[in-house]
Amino acid sequence: MDTNESINKISTVGKIVIYVVLGIWTIVNLFPIYWMFTFSLKGNDEIFGDNMMGLPRHWLWKNYASAMGTGNMPLYFLNSTIVAVATIAIVLIAALMATFAITRLVWKGREMMNRFFMLGLTIPIHSSLLPVFLILKKLKMLNSYQSLFIPYAAFSLAMGILICSGFMGDIPKDLDEAATIDGCGTWKTFFLIIVPLMKPAVSTVGIYTFLQCWNELMFANTFISTGKYRTLPVGIQALSGQHTTDWGPIGAALVIATFPTLLVYIFLSKRIQDSFIAGAVKG
Amino acid sequence: MEGIKLMNKKITNRINVFLFLLPALVLFLVILIIPIGLSGYYSLQEWNGIGAMKFVGIENYKKVFSDSVGLGPAIRNSIILAILSTFVQLPVSLGLALLLGKGIKGERIFLSVFFMPVLISTVVIGQLWLKIYYPEQGMLSVLLSGFKIGGKSIEDGIVSWINNMNAKLPIPKPPYKNVPWLGNQYTALACCFIPILWQYVGYHMLLLYAGVKSVPPELREAAKIDGATDGQINKYIVIPQIKPIIKICVIFAVTGSLKSFDLIYVLVAKPKVADVPSTVMYNEMFSANNYGTGSAIAVMLIVLCFVFAMIISAIFKKED
Repeated sequence: MDTNESINKISTVGKIVIYVVLGIWTIVNLFPIYWMFTFSLKGNDEIFGDNMMGLPRHWLWKNYASAMGTGNMPLYFLNSTIVAVATIAIVLIAALMATFAITRLVWKGREMMNRFFMLGLTIPIHSSLLPVFLILKKLKMLNSYQSLFIPYAAFSLAMGILICSGFMGDIPKDLDEAATIDGCGTWKTFFLIIVPLMKPAVSTVGIYTFLQCWNELMFANTFISTGKYRTLPVGIQALSGQHTTDWGPIGAALVIATFPTLLVYIFLSKRIQDSFIAGAVKG
Repeated sequence: MEGIKLMNKKITNRINVFLFLLPALVLFLVILIIPIGLSGYYSLQEWNGIGAMKFVGIENYKKVFSDSVGLGPAIRNSIILAILSTFVQLPVSLGLALLLGKGIKGERIFLSVFFMPVLISTVVIGQLWLKIYYPEQGMLSVLLSGFKIGGKSIEDGIVSWINNMNAKLPIPKPPYKNVPWLGNQYTALACCFIPILWQYVGYHMLLLYAGVKSVPPELREAAKIDGATDGQINKYIVIPQIKPIIKICVIFAVTGSLKSFDLIYVLVAKPKVADVPSTVMYNEMFSANNYGTGSAIAVMLIVLCFVFAMIISAIFKKED
């Protein structure tokens, strides 16, 4: 009885300490995001003046109008969306097909092939930057959507195959055999039996790939030089170059670029976290 | 008859395997594998992208360490980042993961909040910190001007320290009035590292948390009945169980530090102030148009990442 009580006492004090630590870390994590939202609605007088950290006194929605108007944020947003959707589609098709060949079809060298694809997890994008730039230049494909979504897809592919392998391994092999007995060919089995069962993998791969290409800077900065195809990271950089003295519109642009990700995260936090765990732990 | 049928089946099977692999293989070869070969090839040439290539052997690999390119200090900087990442960022992540993994109220909310910075674009985070570090009127300067020790504000102290250092240089620089946080070689690197370390604590925490959660609860219970404290449980049961994940985190932290680019590119416009290998590479390739030396840095980066990953794996194996 005695020992139990002392354990409980320690744990109440311990609990307070734990929550204080977690509380401080919560503030450290949320403050920059809170600050971004508030300064997106302030003018320079408040940002630099006495109201650096408080809520805005005058809510300047015109910062958003200026980020949307002269800042071209809707265009950058659209470009990022097009690139992300195309990348996700390619990664899913290529990864599902390759995973099917590696895990369901019987042939020599499938283990080797899997290991070959897994090399992609460790290859940094740096090694491709210049060669891909020169290839794209030669093909006159710089400044286009495909100059981004093809390389992005290639670099997300290894993770896509890794995640798909995990999920496809959970589908019982009996299903394929039953399908074959019923007269389904390889392709029919793939499209009608396997793909519909891979829905959880599709969302995991989709989320992972989305975050990779939505935030990518190095390729986008190099392969895109005209405003028309700028994605959000490059667009924000350009905007920040134009508005060096006027911070409100930059803040608004930052919020516009971040808002969709955070909104999706609020609803799908578990799923998004799982996609990161699946990617890292199995690798 | 049967034999031909079987052969036909074999051939269709082979064609099918090939067709299923085709999209992934093409992407992989064209964007990842062939470019590695090309990078290796360019790295042996002197080439500005316009004129003819000139074979120079391993000359570029020596040249990158010259003062004009400056890869040496850049590698040193990224190793400092790797060390900080491994010995500051990871312990913080592990601590948070152990706290949350124990099962406390609000566990999921804390987890979600702590992971949030990982999802935000590095460019956005860079822009935010750019404002925080703005000289004189930025948040950091305003805060540090407010704190006074012995009649002198911390900001003033840092300014005079930088000016003292600059005065001792062979070619002294004119003194600053306030701290150009990202514009001088003494503070820029630290200012870049803080947001980098901050952003990815949540990432490592999430992976380690998943590991902590996968430790069978019976083990924990049994230890508790035997009178083990939380600290002992963590030390003798949880941490040994999640060692494979700790290994992955160390590899990510070290290779990530070697590869880091975005934040430093956004924060520091001037070269030589806070260089890392990637920014040196980028400058060589696209500002100086030295494709040869740029490619040599790219090749060295790949090799470094592989070597470090292997060393870390070996260290963890030896410990077992």
